[in-house]
Order: sequence, then structure tokens, then C-alpha cells
Amino acid sequence: MSDTSLNAQSLPGDAELKDYFALLKPRVMSLVVFTAFVGLLAAPVSVHPFVGFCAILFIAIGGGASGALNMWWDADIDAIMRRTVNRPIPAGKVSEGEALALGIGLSGLSVMMLGLATNWLAGAMLAFTIFFYVVIYTMWLKRWTPQNIVIGGAAGAFPPVIGWVAATGTFSVEPILMFMIIFMWTPPHFWALALFMRSDYDDAGVPMLTVTHGRKFTRLNILVYTVLLAALAIGVSFTTAGGPVYIVVAVVLNALFLKGAFDIWRRDEDMSEADDFAVEKRFFKLSLLYLFAHFGAILADAVLLRTGVIG
Amino acid sequence: MNLAREHELHQRRRGRNAGVGILLVLLICIVMGLTVVKVTSGGFEAVVTGEGS
Repeated sequence: MSDTSLNAQSLPGDAELKDYFALLKPRVMSLVVFTAFVGLLAAPVSVHPFVGFCAILFIAIGGGASGALNMWWDADIDAIMRRTVNRPIPAGKVSEGEALALGIGLSGLSVMMLGLATNWLAGAMLAFTIFFYVVIYTMWLKRWTPQNIVIGGAAGAFPPVIGWVAATGTFSVEPILMFMIIFMWTPPHFWALALFMRSDYDDAGVPMLTVTHGRKFTRLNILVYTVLLAALAIGVSFTTAGGPVYIVVAVVLNALFLKGAFDIWRRDEDMSEADDFAVEKRFFKLSLLYLFAHFGAILADAVLLRTGVIG
Repeated sequence: MNLAREHELHQRRRGRNAGVGILLVLLICIVMGLTVVKVTSGGFEAVVTGEGS
């Protein structure tokens, strides 16, 4: 007896390379790459360009590995949420086992290679970051508490610290300030997303603040966290991490961010529905520019300092 | 009977396997590059022994 049936549809195991790449959450990786790059270049120690390139590459791969493991664990809720239904696992292109193997393999590779390329403190920090994102945030906090994004946001805040440590081998106040900026930025960024994704998180049973405490309370928290973030971000201007470019960027962008948060707080659901959450979506887009601009400014000041333009 | 007739599945897998091969070659190049940089940067000191030196 012979089996001549050959199913032309893709089966798990027949995914293309781009499907495996999609598992790594490339858009999140771009943020990891950029902030780690800034941390590395802002450090007061010169690194061989090839070593620096490898450090950023393996930090990015570690970030991607975290993404793959997150998609492995959250495959059930990804299949329910509109935002994530086309991810490789719910779309049937990659199996859960493949995602798990890829995540674990890339985690091990990235940690080992970062440690060998730079130093073992940086490797250990990358390992801890992967552990924090996958175990603490994805497996534990995300489905358990509405503070999931507040605490879990720390995972996204580690890359600039890893970049700094990769260059210097030690900690300092500057990378901790960079960590704090991303840490305080994460809640308003994701809560704005939750506001205009409406029932997506509710349908999946994820305890986002919009679901557990209501949307009005979420709007208030966006404002509160934005005020705290603005105070921190502008306060960084007066430390060694700040500089002339940073001061200008911080003042302008935090003023815009505060206005956006205030507008979100003042609105109610009827107003938001009427314009399809235009203010919330604008705030979310601004939050992306906010983070890239702040870290771009830190980088610009570091370059100006290194080249002797500023003292 | 043409035993070598290809299916779209074979093309898809060939693409994937070629991609994995390229990535492995890149990894080897990275390891070699890092080795060259580390050795030429003076981080390793030659150990001179009394024998045969």
C-alpha cells in the first residue's frame, strides 16, 4: 500500500524561514537593538566595532528568543485576540514544539555568545532578562494581575543596561536611568493600546487594567504614570546621562506626551467611540516616537561628548 | 516514471534549508571574527615556558 496523497497546504514543519523570523517579534527586536545600541555607545569605554556589532546582534537574538518563547506559551490566547491571530503558531505555520525549541536554542546561543564576545556579567544579564520576560511576565504575571505590564515592563527596560555592561563590565547610574525611562514609559504605552484594542484582551481573559478596573480608571492611570515619567525624563537632563540635545528633546516630547495623556483622561468612552479612538491611537504613536527620540538624544549627547564638541 | 519530479513543498523546504545553511555559515564567520579580534587585541599573553624556547 502506498500513500500518494501529498497535502499541498503547509503543515507545521514546513514553515518558511520568514515564519520562524516572525516568531522572534521583529518589531520588538528593533526597539531592543536600538536601546542596547545606545547603552553600548553611551558608555564611556570604547569597544572594538566588531565586538560591539556582535554584542548588539546577540542581545537582539536573545530578545527574539524571548519573543519565540512568549508566542509558544501564549499560543492559546494569541488565537483569540485579533491583534495576534495571524502570528505563526495560531496561523498554523509553525508548531508549538518548534517555537519552544527555537526559543530555547536561541536563548542558549545568545547568552553564551554575548558572554564570550564581551563579558559574563552582560551574558548573565541577558539570561536574566530572558528569564524575567518568559517566566515572570509571560507565564506568571500576564494572566494573573492587572499590574502585569507595570512589573513585566522591566524586561523591555534591560537592553540599554546590557549594552552598557557589555562595554564596561560594570553598572553605573546612567544605565539605571535609561532603565527607569523605559520602565515608566511601558504602562502608559500599553494601556493606551489596550484602550483602543477594546475587547481583545477581555476576550482572551488577560487581566489588563481596562478589564479589571475599568476604562475610566485606566485613563486616570495613564495620566498618573505619564506625569511620573515626565518628571523622571526631564530630571535625567540634570544628571550625567543628560546633555543639551537631551534637554531640548525631553522638554518638548514630555510636554506633548503630557498633553496627550491629559486629553485621554478628559475623554469618556462615547467621545472615544465617536472618533474611533483617534486621541488614544495618536498617543500610542507618539509613545513610539517618544522613546526613540529620548534614546536618540542620549546617543547624540554621547557622540558630542566623545568628539569633544561638548565638555 | 520520473522519480525526481519536484513539488512546491520541495521548493519551500529547499529555500528554508538554504537559509539555515547561510545562517550557520554566518555564525561560523562571526566566531572566527571574534577570535581574530580577541587574539589580536592583546588580551591573551603568550606563555613562555623554559622548554624548547
